[in-house]
Amino acid sequence: MTQLHQTVLQFVLTTFAISVAAGLLGALLGLGGGIIVVPALTLGLGLDIRYAIGASVVSVIATSSGAAAAYVREHMTNLRVGMFLEVATTIGAITGAFLAGRVAGRWLFVIFGLMMGYSALEMFRNRHSDEGGPVPPDRVADRLKLHGSYYDQVLHRQIDYRVTHTWIGLGLMYVAGCVSGLLGIGSGALKVPAMDLAMRLPIKVSTATSNFMIGVTAAASAGVYFARGDILSLVAGPVAAGVLIGASAGSLLLGRLTSRSIRIAFVVVLLWVSGQMLWKGMRGS
Amino acid sequence: MNDTDRTRKVEILISMILRIGVLTSLAVVMAGLVISFIHHPDYLRSRQDLPQVTAPGRTSPHDLHDVVEGIRQGRGEAVTMLGLLLLIATPVVRVAVSIFAFVYERDPLFVVITTFVLAMLVVSFFLGSVEG
Repeated sequence: MTQLHQTVLQFVLTTFAISVAAGLLGALLGLGGGIIVVPALTLGLGLDIRYAIGASVVSVIATSSGAAAAYVREHMTNLRVGMFLEVATTIGAITGAFLAGRVAGRWLFVIFGLMMGYSALEMFRNRHSDEGGPVPPDRVADRLKLHGSYYDQVLHRQIDYRVTHTWIGLGLMYVAGCVSGLLGIGSGALKVPAMDLAMRLPIKVSTATSNFMIGVTAAASAGVYFARGDILSLVAGPVAAGVLIGASAGSLLLGRLTSRSIRIAFVVVLLWVSGQMLWKGMRGS
Repeated sequence: MNDTDRTRKVEILISMILRIGVLTSLAVVMAGLVISFIHHPDYLRSRQDLPQVTAPGRTSPHDLHDVVEGIRQGRGEAVTMLGLLLLIATPVVRVAVSIFAFVYERDPLFVVITTFVLAMLVVSFFLGSVEG
């Protein structure tokens, strides 16, 4: 690799700066930041993919904890929804890890790429939808007391919302867990649409709750990466520091943005991830 | 005390755990990086070091014993790794504490749900250590 013509200090500072941006975006959209960190480190800085993925797992946990610290306090995260759905994501992650190597990754990339592309289109169609509108009744959500409310800083009022299609959400979270266990990507990119489209949570609550959840999914696999030696101090260190700072700053911004702009930003990122997955699947790597 | 107060207290507790995890790991990671640069002044000038420290096959301390040993010797790389491990542990601690939080909220169903999630995390750690 030719790009490694830097001093260690320059490399650490560049990685740190990229990670601040990744943390900021991740905190706003409920993603782990891997979609920025991995290509930036490998294509941009010429780092071995193995260390980039190790650093991206750290980045997911850093985004999650950095952003959720604020979102939980501000009541933006729906704790009950998050913890309930973690049941499915953790089982999914274990299934995914078990299936890894037993199924052809190529077709999975195509299938999930299409799934994300479809979610992006659906979310774009719903970009004007009101937060907290009427939803079909759901006995499971009633029983688990999943409904909630948050204060919207843009609308200057408390938004009460009701949760619906809990079982469908749980099923989609299982799939999301499988995908992150299998492919190591897309942990937040599938969680947010599942909560937004199926369970009808307001978009800000969906991204904040996704942020809360992705740390647990990533922590489950982080042990493996650590034991394998994929986590390199001089790479993952600046990534962790940058993402933590970026995510904390991003968490201050979410409340001030309109739901519509967050939806549109999410759609753009989702299309990008979906394109990346389809490309990988078609190329057959 | 009514239910809303209890729920609010739980939220503040969980937020506090995350914040403590974030600030501690950030401080330890930064300290480790600074120590690395103090011990290796050529990291600031030489362009020869980077390909070496990021060469495929190179590893930072990657079991707990090596991390502890490295910290005893005052190695920055080991200190940074300790910070990263604290960061990785934060969501796990959050789940564990939530179990008690739901006991406090008198919500047996969520005590079961959260205990299950913690059990799954433990299972995945073991599966991981077998594989890794």
